[in-house]
Amino acid sequence: MSNPDYLLSMQGICKSFGAIQANNNVDLNLSEGDILGLLGENGAGKTTLMNILFGTYQADEGKIMIQGRQITIHSTADALGFGIGMVHQHFHLVHRHTVLENLLVGEPGRMGRLDFSGARRRLLEIGEQFGLTLNPDARVSELTIGEQQRLEIIKALFGDSKILILDEPTAVLTPNESTGLFEALRALAEGGLGIIFISHKLHEVRNVTNRVLVMRAGSVSALVEDTKEVTESDLARLMCGHELNPPKKNTSKLGDTFLSLSAIKTGGSTPQKLKGINLSVQGGEILGIAGVSGNGQKELADVIAGVLSHTEGTIEVKGEIISKASPRLMQKLKIGRIPEDRMTTGLVTSLPLYVSMVLPWIRRSIFSRFGILRKNEILSFTSKMIKRFTIQATGPEVKTGTLSGGNLQKVLLARELAFEPEVLLASQPTRGLDVAAAEFVHRQFLSLREKGAAIILISEDLEELFALSDRIVVMYEGRIAGETKINDASVEDIGLLMAGATFGA
Amino acid sequence: MEEIISQIFQVGFFAAIIRIATPFVFATIGELFAERSGVLNLGIEGIMMFGAMTGFSTAYFTSSLWLGILAAMLTGMLMAALMGFLTVSLGLSQHVSGIGITMLSTGFAFFFYRLIFGQPSTLPNIKAFTPVGIPVLKDIPWIGPVLFEQTTLTYLAFAVVPLAAFLLYKTPWGLNLRTVGENPHAADSAGVSVSAMRYQGLIISGALMGIAGAFLVMVQFNAFTFGVISGRGWICIALVVFGQWGPWKSAAGALLFAMIDALQLRLQASSIIDLPYQVFLMMPFVLTIVTMMLVSRNARAPSALLIPFRKEER
Repeated sequence: MSNPDYLLSMQGICKSFGAIQANNNVDLNLSEGDILGLLGENGAGKTTLMNILFGTYQADEGKIMIQGRQITIHSTADALGFGIGMVHQHFHLVHRHTVLENLLVGEPGRMGRLDFSGARRRLLEIGEQFGLTLNPDARVSELTIGEQQRLEIIKALFGDSKILILDEPTAVLTPNESTGLFEALRALAEGGLGIIFISHKLHEVRNVTNRVLVMRAGSVSALVEDTKEVTESDLARLMCGHELNPPKKNTSKLGDTFLSLSAIKTGGSTPQKLKGINLSVQGGEILGIAGVSGNGQKELADVIAGVLSHTEGTIEVKGEIISKASPRLMQKLKIGRIPEDRMTTGLVTSLPLYVSMVLPWIRRSIFSRFGILRKNEILSFTSKMIKRFTIQATGPEVKTGTLSGGNLQKVLLARELAFEPEVLLASQPTRGLDVAAAEFVHRQFLSLREKGAAIILISEDLEELFALSDRIVVMYEGRIAGETKINDASVEDIGLLMAGATFGA
Repeated sequence: MEEIISQIFQVGFFAAIIRIATPFVFATIGELFAERSGVLNLGIEGIMMFGAMTGFSTAYFTSSLWLGILAAMLTGMLMAALMGFLTVSLGLSQHVSGIGITMLSTGFAFFFYRLIFGQPSTLPNIKAFTPVGIPVLKDIPWIGPVLFEQTTLTYLAFAVVPLAAFLLYKTPWGLNLRTVGENPHAADSAGVSVSAMRYQGLIISGALMGIAGAFLVMVQFNAFTFGVISGRGWICIALVVFGQWGPWKSAAGALLFAMIDALQLRLQASSIIDLPYQVFLMMPFVLTIVTMMLVSRNARAPSALLIPFRKEER
């Protein structure tokens, strides 16, 4: 099977970490002009395979060939030398450098000096050839996320990459930016590059790739030679091993207004992130908040949770004005919170699971009396929650940090749902979770909604927002850029609002 | 008042500023190289001390000042390499390692000095560097005696500033160094070795700190005393912040500090203002704190400063 026509051929790749077999006899072939989808759930071995290709790890077994020639890749520098470029999910850019400086990192230079004019010329060439343009003198901190990603792709092309790996490239993009990315990728493939597109978003894989390699539990579970011949549900079945079972949204009765914010602003000594937010949410309703991250969502969540104090405007909970919000008061008012960053804000990874599980409730008389913890009650509560939410943990005493992402999210969910919140504030609740775990979270949200609670769902995942929300508002630069009922909403409109467009302008 | 001004602002005063600034320029630019690569080198105070001691001893026994400078440089590079082993290879806390290096180097300096010289009743001394006038330029009225009748080391110090700016901003090496200090993952994925760059930044810093220490015993004084550095290293840490991690601004900071130091020396010597001399000694430090408060509020350190780099982590 050593076809010299393949641009890249990985054969029989095996890699294990201790007892875990991350890659088991994986074959991958890539031709010029290919856009190969690499599909799989978290832990399926996609990342390990790509890290082997990019020189971060060495394979235990197997060989890698480029244009029929066997090569060994010991380091990132080797990979780059063989024309392998990677666009990481977390960009590897220096914010304080200009576009040109970022392109020149690791380049040899001319006569001992940085070759700015050469880089400028090359950037123009790439722009003409593939339609990827950027202002060479802009600092990265001035670029939008989409532009930063373009810079990452240009960086790979700059190093004459023949093979381009993109790791979940759309995770951070608005829908319009994603469309732009797909166009660019098609142009690159036409130009003779081989592209590996890693994702777990089925519709994107369907949309942009021409072949798909599906991985499950470290092995190749399927190779689709023509993407057009499979449906999204085919791909889902190949990826998960079972049919997807998205939760059904029933109609629910709207209740009273539980929470309303009017003209909320923040600022003072810190940069103003909220510039007048008006929103309210009723019982039995899921309010989706869309927006590219960094447009004030985090601050909004902090204000509602009582962590960040607002400088102007009023917060009302069930008709009562809250003059001095604090985390403890908001908890008392039955406002639960699932924070964006489960590892740092949400849980204490270095402490046992039972501590993480009762942390917000530690003052309740069932968990402590006269300032002394009632450990037996805490342990039995934790065990109950582990069972009820099917958390994969050996017991309540296990260290929190040893749980997987999906299970940590279940811990947060269990903790907030245990005492039946009236308002649940959830930020990016399924980020980084695989399909099954995300479905579990969604099902919990919907059942809470049917019980009459109000849910505020802050997410960058439009699919999630459209599947769950009753109403969607879009945040842009600290303001609500628009609001629509779910039945009137379209992905295109939301995408435009996320990018800063205004209706009727 | 006029009397004070006429007593102080003479050619000698300005020449003194340049001379006093010299060790600060060397050590600050050194610290800058380390910090731009992402390592705070708090070993500076001790490295200067150790460099002063080895430089002095070498010059004393070989009667060659330049061999002394070389010895000081090598000493600094060695201690900085040890700092690199702790912070880059082992990834230990830069604060703790730096203070450790300072204590170790200072201890070495005192120990070896005693071992070599014992406890002499008169301080052993060397023949210090003498000013070298630059022909023609030194005859320019006013400017000549201030700028062009200095020691060779001072000329070197002020040559180091444009050289550092050139290296940092115009060469691939400098770009790689700055990238390692800002986002080591970006450097790594471009095939640049993060640890190699950090070792290089540190070793350059050590060399310059060693020279700075040697200058003090070979120009400023002509003997080694245990109080020879007396906090000058720590001042350089502040000067880098003051200079917002740029070579020109940091050198300007060194000059400003030197000016205040020269001024307080004059005020101490003159009997115009009758205050305890400790008040004058305090002046440069108080003013350092004040200017730092004013200037460094919007200073932004290299993003990866103090953060050890491990390849697998993101």
